Amino acid sequence: MDIPYTVEVRPDTGLTNGKIGIWLFLASEVMLFGALFASYILIRTGATTWPRGDTILNVPLATFNTIVLISSSVTMVMAWASLKRNRFGTFRMYMGATILLGGVFLVVKYFEYSHKFELGLFPSTNNFLAIYFTLTGLHMLHVIGGMAVNAYFWGPGAKLWKTNPEWFTNRVEHSGLFWHFVDLVWIFLFPTLYLL
Amino acid sequence: MQASTTTDHAADIDKHVRIYITVFVTLMVLTIVTVAISRFHLPVPIAVSVALFVATVKGTLVACYFMHLLSEKKLIYAVLALTAAFFVVLLSLPVLTVHDGFWIR
Repeated sequence: MDIPYTVEVRPDTGLTNGKIGIWLFLASEVMLFGALFASYILIRTGATTWPRGDTILNVPLATFNTIVLISSSVTMVMAWASLKRNRFGTFRMYMGATILLGGVFLVVKYFEYSHKFELGLFPSTNNFLAIYFTLTGLHMLHVIGGMAVNAYFWGPGAKLWKTNPEWFTNRVEHSGLFWHFVDLVWIFLFPTLYLL
Repeated sequence: MQASTTTDHAADIDKHVRIYITVFVTLMVLTIVTVAISRFHLPVPIAVSVALFVATVKGTLVACYFMHLLSEKKLIYAVLALTAAFFVVLLSLPVLTVHDGFWIR
C-alpha cells in the first residue's frame, strides 16, 4: 500500500503529510532546545560570576563555523530549487556541497573540543562548560543526523527521482527544513555561548 | 499553454534563487555585525539585547525565506503559534526565580 498524500495535498490540511510531519517534529525540537536555553538562563542568572564566552572559547573558529553553516543552508535550498528546475545534476552538486560543509563544521568542532580537553576543560569543570558542551553537543548530533539524511538523498535515495520526481523533491524540501532549523539553532547558540 | 506555464515556473524559481543569494549576503553581513558589536564590551544587559536582536533578525530571514514560511499554509502557522507560546512560557520559567521567586512561593 502506498503512503498517502506524499505528492498531492490532503484536502483537510491543505498540506502533504510529509510537510505537516516535519513541522510537527521541528516544533518538538524547538521545545527540546528551548528547555536547554531555559536551563542556561537559570544557571547563568543564579551564578555570582559568569565568564564571557570569548575568554574561554575560540570566537574566530566559531565565526568561521557560522559562515560554514549559513553557506550550507544556501546550498541546501539551491539543491531543492535545482530539483524544481528539473536539473538533477545541479541538485547533486549542491547537495554534495551541503554534506561537505556539514563535514567541515564537524571537523572544526572536533578541533575546538580537542583543544578544550587538552587544556583540561571538561563539562565537569564548571557550569559554563557544562552548558556549552551540552548545547553544542546536542547541536552536533543534529548536524550528524541531517548529514546522514542528506547523504541518503544524495546517494541511494536519489533513485526515487526516476520514478517519482515530485515525491523526491518534497522529501528533499523536508530534509532541507530540518537542515535550516539546525542552522537557525546555531544562529542563536553562537552569540549566546561565544560572545556574551 | 504548457510551455508558457513551465517558463513561468522557471522564472518564479529564478526569482527565488535571487532572493536566496540576497538573504545569504545579508546573513553574512549580520554575522560580522554580531562579532563586531561584541568587541565593544557593552554592559551585559545591552550586549544580550543587541546580540539576541541581531540573532532574531537572522533567524527570521532563515525561517521566512529558506524555510519558505512566508508562503506557508495556515495550519503550519497555527502549529508554530502554539509552539511559540509554549516556548515563551518555557523561557519565562527561569525569570520566575528572580528575587528568590518570592512571588510564586
